Amino acid sequence: MASIVLKLAMAVISILLLGPLVGGLLSGTDRFLSARMQRRQGPPVLQPFYDISKFFQKKAYIVNGLQHFLVVGHLLFLMLSIGIIYAGQDILLSVFSLTLAEMMLCLAAFSASAPYSNMSAQREMLQMACAEPILLLLCIGLYLSSGSFLVKDIIRCDLPAIVKTPGIFFAFLIALPIELRKSPFDVSTSHHAHQEMVKGVTTDISGSVLGIVELSEWYELFLMVTLTGLFFICSNPVSLVYAILAALIVLFGLTLCDNVFPRVRWERMLAFTWGTTLVAGGGNMLILMLLDK
Amino acid sequence: MKISKSPWVLHYDGSSCNGCDIEVLASTTPRYDLERFGIINTGDPKHADVFLITGGVNFQNRMVVQQLYSQMPDPKVVVAVGICACDGGVFKECYNIMGGVDKVIPVDVYVPGCAARPESIIDGVVKALAILDHKRDRMKQGLPPEEKEWSPKNGEGAEAMQQQEERIQAQIQASDAARAAMRKEQEEELHGGHE
Repeated sequence: MASIVLKLAMAVISILLLGPLVGGLLSGTDRFLSARMQRRQGPPVLQPFYDISKFFQKKAYIVNGLQHFLVVGHLLFLMLSIGIIYAGQDILLSVFSLTLAEMMLCLAAFSASAPYSNMSAQREMLQMACAEPILLLLCIGLYLSSGSFLVKDIIRCDLPAIVKTPGIFFAFLIALPIELRKSPFDVSTSHHAHQEMVKGVTTDISGSVLGIVELSEWYELFLMVTLTGLFFICSNPVSLVYAILAALIVLFGLTLCDNVFPRVRWERMLAFTWGTTLVAGGGNMLILMLLDK
Repeated sequence: MKISKSPWVLHYDGSSCNGCDIEVLASTTPRYDLERFGIINTGDPKHADVFLITGGVNFQNRMVVQQLYSQMPDPKVVVAVGICACDGGVFKECYNIMGGVDKVIPVDVYVPGCAARPESIIDGVVKALAILDHKRDRMKQGLPPEEKEWSPKNGEGAEAMQQQEERIQAQIQASDAARAAMRKEQEEELHGGHE
């Protein structure tokens, strides 16, 4: 019994250490690919690691005592989200932990009592209201296709979840640019609108605290890649290769979409995500529930 | 890892005609591509390392420039782009222009030109990165990053501001005196007429 717990703990800890490496490399690759798509040379692939090392070398201007605590809380709950999935536990709990992490980032921005921070936090909450329902739908879709909320049961099914939940996967693809902070560009933390709302929720965050926010973005990227891969994993070990391949293709497609549709505004995001959630996601769920009868 | 591998730039326009600003933005286009050095043009001074300033400083925006500079966390460097930011350029003798940016904040690299070419701007930024590394090394040794501690009061512009204040006061007094004299004349005419 103790050895199982120990093995589990080792697995989770190694994933938590692997997460930022993968997240950072993917983030750097995304910038590099974006640049090449725009016929520029672009930064080196390791650029995010240089960025984060710079943040920890700068002097931080602390706005208030609460912000640092909230940002660290944001990071910890994101790590919890990833840990829950890789420990094979309840995926719904993982999504709730993710929501709490996002909320803590918004609170950190609100606590600065500066106008740009506050406006950006409001827009960030709007963004959450659009993307979170799709994540909940993802959990329900995985439950309907495998009969359980636990990740260890989901990955042991005979068929990968994508076979029964293509509509929900499509809705999740729509939520991915929002979760990965690529679109829309006028909502706070978009990576590509460098001066929207000054700098979004991170306007009054600097130095080592900003480094923690950057690190948590890598974890978030790793989490999204994991969720994408979950749709493709089944009891066949070869499906792992397919899952990783699918995740990479999805990331490449996201970079491409981001370069093709750079100026999506928040009103459009609202209409589009809710429309897709109801039609594709809700429709898929309805069909699955009817077929199961 | 060296801090010069990821220098984020804050671009501010003092009293520029926007020529140098357009050249700075042109440096981010695919032809010259600043991002290959890891440079991001951020709008937030709290995230920036390099303060890229164009145009001269006038009496209205001197406090803004100083505030932006003080909001940047250490280590930081200032690059004055264009001849107007270096010493005032063609607008040097104007009544409202204090002069170059070094009247209000310490400048590390001067990039002359009207407008400065993107190649010169990139050259200037690369030179500034070496200075940034040097300042970071000083910080690691526990020394303050600047040799001379900077504060808004000890800029060269302090005496220029003082002279401007005196000039304005003199003008106000002169116009008050003139108005008083005119009113006295009118009074005398009025009373003189009655009597």
